[in-house]
Amino acid sequence: MDKIPILRFGHFLLVTIQVDLYDRLALNLESDLIQMVSKTQARGVLIDISALSIVDSFMGRIIGNIAGMSKIMDAQTVVVGMQPAVAITLIELGLELKGVYTALNVEKGMSLLQSKISLPDEDLDNIE
Amino acid sequence: MDLFKALSKKRSRLLELWMQYQLADISLREDLMENEELRAQSEELLDAFLKAVTDKNVENVDDPTYEPIIEILSGISISRARQGYSPKETGNYVFSLRDAILQVWQAEFSNDLAVLFAATLKLNKLFDNLGIITFETFIKGREEVILRQTDEISEISTPVIRVWDNILALPIIGTLDSSRTQIVMENLLQQIVDTGSSIAILDISGVPAVDSLVAQHLLKTVAATRLMGAECIISGIRPEIAQTVVHLGIDLSNIITKATLASALKQAYNMLQLEVRKVQK
Repeated sequence: MDKIPILRFGHFLLVTIQVDLYDRLALNLESDLIQMVSKTQARGVLIDISALSIVDSFMGRIIGNIAGMSKIMDAQTVVVGMQPAVAITLIELGLELKGVYTALNVEKGMSLLQSKISLPDEDLDNIE
Repeated sequence: MDLFKALSKKRSRLLELWMQYQLADISLREDLMENEELRAQSEELLDAFLKAVTDKNVENVDDPTYEPIIEILSGISISRARQGYSPKETGNYVFSLRDAILQVWQAEFSNDLAVLFAATLKLNKLFDNLGIITFETFIKGREEVILRQTDEISEISTPVIRVWDNILALPIIGTLDSSRTQIVMENLLQQIVDTGSSIAILDISGVPAVDSLVAQHLLKTVAATRLMGAECIISGIRPEIAQTVVHLGIDLSNIITKATLASALKQAYNMLQLEVRKVQK
């Protein structure tokens, strides 16, 4: 069965969704990600959905869920690279993803995460 | 005696008369159509008419024998609508054929007034129906023109302008309806992806009125931009629009709104930590 890899990057977790997300996969991602947040004490989660061309209301909710769960575990979520068609669909479905930060690309998402989280200086050095 | 059959023998006389009526009409549009073309068009219609109409089917326009006439008439009517003929001119074109037929009959059957009267009644009824068909297709043709123009307007009126690195501006001119919002939204989001811009300014100084539907469309566009990871500023809010928005109870408090494009640009510079300064000499 497909599994979406979760990469650790300093204090952040990187998730790149490269395949079409079906419901089961999305649910697994949700639980895997939260496990990883707790295990690695991550402070931020970056989800790249630039390869995702189809979303439904369930997907939108899962992303919202991940953000909500991360937040109560003291990690911020940034969704990056959303396609225009996906954004329009989510809006039409009435899902505004409140509480989720968004950025245009991974680079901007990373700097957004770094600005949202005050890391100790030595930690920042480790990342770079 | 079949009065319509009798017409066939008088075809050339009928055509001459009809052309005379048409050419004598003061509203004749020589600028839109050459006389020869008009003649060919009239000949085609007249032939179809003479072939189809008999004493038996004159009262029933739904009869399948009328199909060729209706087809030709619709074609003429639609092409005239596109060429810019007025409804009156198109109507006169059809009704002048009746006048020509009546004149031919009057010359032929002046000795039998009862037959002439009955036939005239039938003919009038037939032409009423043909007139209605002409108008229906004429209006249809006009509507097609209007639809095409609407499409063109919405196509050209939504340019996305790159005012600065990372700043896009989108002046909206004209009323925002659902289909236009869709085009605006798609254009804007695509440009955000293409240019990697992080701020979009929606300028609504050209929007004549904002009602709750337009406001909802604006809110949707702003929310979609946010989902893409860019910030949206709405500018060009005129006093009347501010009044209606508040009176309608629309909540724009989550959106950055500015009165002018200039102040929106200033805000955008601020957000990007840019500064505009006079050069010290």
